[in-house]
Amino acid sequence: MASSLSTAAAGYSAATSPAAQALYRRRRRGNAIVLSLSFGATLFGLAWLVLILGALLYQGFSGLSLAVFTEMTPPPGSAGGLLNAIMGSLIMTIGGVVIGTPIGILAGTYMSEYGRNNKLTTIVRFINDILLAAPSIVIGLFVYEVIVVQMGHFSAFAGMAALAILVIPVVVRTTEDMLNLVPNQLREAAAALGLPRSIMIRHVAYKAAMSGIVTGVLLAIARVSGETAPLLFTALNNQFWSTNLNAPMSSLPVTIFQFALSPYPDWQKLAWTGALLITFTVLALNIVARAFLSPKAHK
Amino acid sequence: MTQTAMNTAGLAEKISIRNLKFFYGDNLALKTINLPLYEKKVTAFIGPSGCGKSTLLRVLNRMYDLYPRQRAEGEVLFDGQNVLNPEQDRNMLRARVGMVFQKPTPFPMSIYENIAFGIRLYENISRSEMDGRVEAALTRGALWNEVKDKLHSSGLSLSGGQQQRLCIARTIAVRPEVVLFDEPCSALDPISTAKIEELIDELTTDYTIAIVTHNMQQAARVSDYTAFMYLGELIEFDETTKIFTSPSDKRTQDYITGRFG
Repeated sequence: MASSLSTAAAGYSAATSPAAQALYRRRRRGNAIVLSLSFGATLFGLAWLVLILGALLYQGFSGLSLAVFTEMTPPPGSAGGLLNAIMGSLIMTIGGVVIGTPIGILAGTYMSEYGRNNKLTTIVRFINDILLAAPSIVIGLFVYEVIVVQMGHFSAFAGMAALAILVIPVVVRTTEDMLNLVPNQLREAAAALGLPRSIMIRHVAYKAAMSGIVTGVLLAIARVSGETAPLLFTALNNQFWSTNLNAPMSSLPVTIFQFALSPYPDWQKLAWTGALLITFTVLALNIVARAFLSPKAHK
Repeated sequence: MTQTAMNTAGLAEKISIRNLKFFYGDNLALKTINLPLYEKKVTAFIGPSGCGKSTLLRVLNRMYDLYPRQRAEGEVLFDGQNVLNPEQDRNMLRARVGMVFQKPTPFPMSIYENIAFGIRLYENISRSEMDGRVEAALTRGALWNEVKDKLHSSGLSLSGGQQQRLCIARTIAVRPEVVLFDEPCSALDPISTAKIEELIDELTTDYTIAIVTHNMQQAARVSDYTAFMYLGELIEFDETTKIFTSPSDKRTQDYITGRFG
């Protein structure tokens, strides 16, 4: 490289001078060092991910069987599955999303369509961002204080409320962002036809922002389906089959937490399998969300 | 403002703009405009960028109402009624004064729905009647032959020129009386432009038309009357042939001969 540089630049003294050559060598050296550092850092980060996924796949698959989906969580020492935990997770995640999504979409709609330049919008956005970054254990504690203590017992309903509080800021944020991306010309065109604003929002703005908002909801589901801390203080856990919203309910993350910490190998195995199930659910949701955002989905 | 020696006999004023002032915040953008729009004629607004021609157009259907801190003073008489009156129902006004924008703005729905959507807002008609109305509007918009086999594909799948004709069809589907065009061809290729100009010409049998354009040849081709605006003022309004052959104001002459703007 150095020789080709000097022949190419022959006659141009500045580039071929010894000082310049030394400079180039120093830069190439610097480049090589930074490149290898970046590469090493990437490898280091990826290695952990591969190790985690590898352990999860290895441990999780070995415990995977039909019984996992058909039997209840067992007492220590006997065989069983995760059916009540899977069901509980489904019920509470769906409940939290069903409660949180409309609130989030309505708030995001206000912020983008009605109050875009209002002070209230600025304040709500700021608070929403704080909520978005709030540790989920804080939200669990809050719901414990407000619902569990008031009702006097743990319940699936309290778990749903905690998950809903986690869903809301994600949905508010994506709804606002996605509606802000809808070109103003489209709003003007709708107004020019004499459409009242409410109809414009429902039939034009929502349609244009639909894939983005759906993606936001899917990502919110992915986020809450793995949450442990908020459920630990609210829905607690349940060894038995229960669909009673007013009673404690089992869930995958809390079951994993409990089983993984136990000294019983059967439980630990089930914990790995549960972790595998959650990971794959979240992965699937992320893939679906990406598919919704891809340009093909707009056709 | 010169309105001399104009043969206006027998022409009804569909819209009369009287002493219109327009403000963006404290900034005066239109300075006392007086202008008629004659029924079933095409009036072109020309002038350099920032002269207020689009602003003027957007007053006529109160589009400016969408934004805070924009306000108009004076009168815009539409069939004798002042539409700047705060009691004026804006959506009703916009149903009667349609608008086509610079960039084509099909709604994110099918071609059929793009047309039917607006109609459904004002009329409750049967499916077969709706089919007829959609076909009539698309025919009027010179688009029917190109889309009749794919009415249910997305409006966004059309080319730019087709999208713009879809927007025109959508606008006339709700049967307005006036159609405002805000630089409808500036995003289109010459062939699409020619089609739209032809279409505008055909629309004058039923509609009163106002068109903002940067293209002076276009103003000369499509309009019956031309208003030349400069720095928020109406400099000259006259028959298009007169404006382009013997304008009375020096600034009009300078602009149409390309000396500024």
